[in-house]
Amino acid sequence: MSGTVAHGDAGASAPLAEPDDSVLVRVDNLVKHFPVHSAGMIRRVAGQVQAVDGVSLTVRRGQTLGLVGETGCGKSTLARCIAGLVPVTSGQITFDGHNITNLSRPAMRPFRREIQMIFQDPYGSLNPRRRVGSIIGDPFAVHKTASGAARKKAVQELMERVGLNPEHYNRFPAEFSGGQRQRIGVARALALRPKLIICDEPVSALDVSIQAQVLNLLSDLQSEFGLSYLFIAHDLEVVRHVSDSVAVMYLGRLAETGPGKQVYDQTRHPYTAALLSAAPAADPDAAAQRRRIILTGDVPSPINPPSGCRFHPRCPKAQHLCAQTEPQLEVKAGDPDTHRAACHFPVQEGEMLARVAGRERR
Amino acid sequence: MGIVRFLIRRIFTGLIVLWIVATGTFLLFFTRPVEVVARQLAGRSATPQTIETVIRNLGLNDPIHTQYLRFLNQIVHGNLGFSYYSQVPVKTILAQDLPITASVVIGGLVLWLAVGLTVGVISATKARSTFDRVSTVGVLAGISMPTFVLGELLILAVFVPLNQHGFHWIQTGYSGLSKGFIPWVGHMILPWITLATVQAAVYTRLSRGSLLDTMGEDYIRTARAKGLTERRVIMRHGLRAALTPVVSQLGIDVGALLGGVIVVEQVFSLPGLGYDSVNAIATGNLPVIIGFVIVAAAFVVVANIIVDLAYAGLDPRVRIS
Amino acid sequence: MSVTELEFQAHAVESAPAEAIEGRSQWQLTWRRLLHDRMAIASMIVIALMVLIAIFAPVIASIVGHGPEQAFPNTGTTVSGTPVGPGTNGFVLGTDYIGRDLLVRVVYGARISLFVGILTTAIATVAGVSIGLIAGYFGGFVDTVLARFIDSALAFPFIVLALALAAVFSPSLTIVIGVITFFSWAGISRIVRGQTLSLKEKEYIEAARSLGAGPWRIMFIDILPNLMGPVLVLATLYIPTAVIFEATLSFLGIGIPEPTPSWGSILAEAQTYYQIAWWYVVFPALALLITTLAFNLLGDGIRDAMDPRTERIFAAARARKGRRKKKQGQAAADGSAELAGPSAGTR
Repeated sequence: MSGTVAHGDAGASAPLAEPDDSVLVRVDNLVKHFPVHSAGMIRRVAGQVQAVDGVSLTVRRGQTLGLVGETGCGKSTLARCIAGLVPVTSGQITFDGHNITNLSRPAMRPFRREIQMIFQDPYGSLNPRRRVGSIIGDPFAVHKTASGAARKKAVQELMERVGLNPEHYNRFPAEFSGGQRQRIGVARALALRPKLIICDEPVSALDVSIQAQVLNLLSDLQSEFGLSYLFIAHDLEVVRHVSDSVAVMYLGRLAETGPGKQVYDQTRHPYTAALLSAAPAADPDAAAQRRRIILTGDVPSPINPPSGCRFHPRCPKAQHLCAQTEPQLEVKAGDPDTHRAACHFPVQEGEMLARVAGRERR
Repeated sequence: MGIVRFLIRRIFTGLIVLWIVATGTFLLFFTRPVEVVARQLAGRSATPQTIETVIRNLGLNDPIHTQYLRFLNQIVHGNLGFSYYSQVPVKTILAQDLPITASVVIGGLVLWLAVGLTVGVISATKARSTFDRVSTVGVLAGISMPTFVLGELLILAVFVPLNQHGFHWIQTGYSGLSKGFIPWVGHMILPWITLATVQAAVYTRLSRGSLLDTMGEDYIRTARAKGLTERRVIMRHGLRAALTPVVSQLGIDVGALLGGVIVVEQVFSLPGLGYDSVNAIATGNLPVIIGFVIVAAAFVVVANIIVDLAYAGLDPRVRIS
Repeated sequence: MSVTELEFQAHAVESAPAEAIEGRSQWQLTWRRLLHDRMAIASMIVIALMVLIAIFAPVIASIVGHGPEQAFPNTGTTVSGTPVGPGTNGFVLGTDYIGRDLLVRVVYGARISLFVGILTTAIATVAGVSIGLIAGYFGGFVDTVLARFIDSALAFPFIVLALALAAVFSPSLTIVIGVITFFSWAGISRIVRGQTLSLKEKEYIEAARSLGAGPWRIMFIDILPNLMGPVLVLATLYIPTAVIFEATLSFLGIGIPEPTPSWGSILAEAQTYYQIAWWYVVFPALALLITTLAFNLLGDGIRDAMDPRTERIFAAARARKGRRKKKQGQAAADGSAELAGPSAGTR
């Protein structure tokens, strides 16, 4: 099942023809640079933090796109661009057929009902001085869709739906556990029945046992309300569990995209392979057979990214070409249309870079 | 070179501030009706003709911009006008009063900083000890005490009994330095204590809190781990950072200092700038008031520049930027 | 009251964990802790008494039988025309230089002081919070302009302004209230601005923005509740400052005009008579001191009640002391930590 297709064109080539009505969100060549100011009386721009540097992807209705990468790769920035919280340097974001790039606040307002966000920190994302009922009821208040008794009823229904006791309407966030607080966040995001929910590492701060509960909740809600998710995480196993398709990001660019099964089982990009090798495997036998790929070197700075392929200083397969030419995100030999990687020397079938083939045991 | 540029900028800003203050004062007093002013200048027994002459001579009925330009012109040339009542040039009055006020201010400033910082630092190093608790109570008493109340209480409790028992060193009023250092101190000591107490209390608490916060920082822990003695750690590393909020507070407190000086001069009958300005208000002696306001503004500006320099001296980050 | 040190206190309050047990709001918890603080209770009682005295001043005057501006030159002054002492001729606290009942005048002075103190602080708080919020939240040009404005207002020598105003328009209650309000708002504003600057980076503010909430809603519904704690402490500590300022202005003759009694003006009169009429100085001074002390203690108490960390530190210190003393074979840990009052503590 190919849920999403991700294009990686950095150039001017037109995107592939798509049946548009199944695509909910389309990001075309998104670039977000943060200027770095020099210290001094006259503020000069000394450089740019290239947080997001030419990313194109799509999210289809009712599907989940998992976005994976290490800290600092730009995935959170990308999410905030799509949510309209951060202005975009260049590129386009299309939501449900409308161009929502850098809209003014009043123009963006109707779309805010359709695009919601769940945040990573269960402790920081809820106002400690407000009662939970008020927090969940905020969307109704802001968009004036319900008030008074109707609002309270709607809030309590939401609370029940996410697994909270509606009688706790008047409690403060401090009285809830981490998992419960995330449920509050989910309830708040769900209030206006959005089409897209951007989940920015929603379970990273939770205990593993709680993670499963929250993920199951998200999955249930998706089926029930036909939600689309942009699911951001750094944990590959979590992403595998929830996503229909996956995009792997490195230093502001996409390394590999495709249906989950493809990316996990037929990994093409060495970076993805390294990430997978580092993830703990549940099966101890598989874990024993696996060889860890240790990446050398530090993660480069996004202000001054490496030339050519950004991964080349740390890549075990890097060659001269990699430092010179930037690889495009394209389909590699033998892969379906939907699976693309940006690599000059992709991982081949059976190549002992990452996951077990079972052949070499020490 | 950064310092020079900084100074130039601040002096320039200061001049603008002075100009605004002078203009504001001018406008404020311009609202007074002309006849009233003329009458005051001419004296009580003036005839209507005299008043007319005064008005004509001083150009009191001239359009506002003419008078304003005349006003500015006079100030720039150092002519601050003449006292309405004594015909003494305002400049002279200022010059006479300045040493007195300066004595009060400088002595008080030194005392409050010395006491405030010392007690604050010691309290911080001995947090929650008896010393700290006592000083905290003292601080609370200090900040609850209006300056003039303290002054009057000191007179009542110290000056009066001492004098009654023949001990005359401590006095009210002023005795100039030229008449001897000891008498000067004797006259100044109660005013100094009065001026300093409230501020010392504030600065004790401020420096204590600031030092406590600084001591919690990681780099202090590193210094200790390096094996430096506690004393060295505090003196060399902790104090610098802890003092910056104190210095920036000083800039703000300069304004409060002026108020305190006025009060202290009243209570202790010291004929300084504050004393004379209060009298000028009571008698409506306009030129004197204007002169004092401008001097006060100049003082605040200069003091703030000095404070900023000190701040830059303490915090290298400010210098670099 | 210094602004920078209040910043420390505000910061401590704001960053205190928002504990809540069984659905109690921060306010309920603070209140409970406050009730355990003896000094705070004492100061609340004193303040309540002062307020009652001020409200019932006319009643007190009629009981004693002397009005606040009534002069009794025969019974109220000595043969040489000086004030009489406490207890003479039915003057409980003595008289002033023209034979007016000092008790009644001090009591009426309480009216002025409390009225001015509370009113000016209330206005200054509203203004200061609004401006601080706007400056902090909007940032950019608005903030630059407002911040400069706040700084200038802070550094301004207000007594000089009061002098100038009193010279042009004769001294009046309006000028006093105006000047004191103008003096107080800037300090509050600066702290609110600082708090807002740090609060607006919090994730729940970002969440509110992602919902589509506008800046005004965010400022007043999301940020303001987090500010109320420090603002309350600040306001409580600014009241005594305002009271002292009013007294000082009256003392200098540019405050409340005669014959309305103000503690400051009474003390100004007392200057000429202190050698022979100690009561003339002592009683108004005491009234002033008690009032300001009470408000300061209350403010400290509220701040400590909001910051539970102080408690824990005390508990730890007490426990340590207890262990030490037990070791030395003495009695168990004393409650010395509590005796020193809430003002002793980490700040």
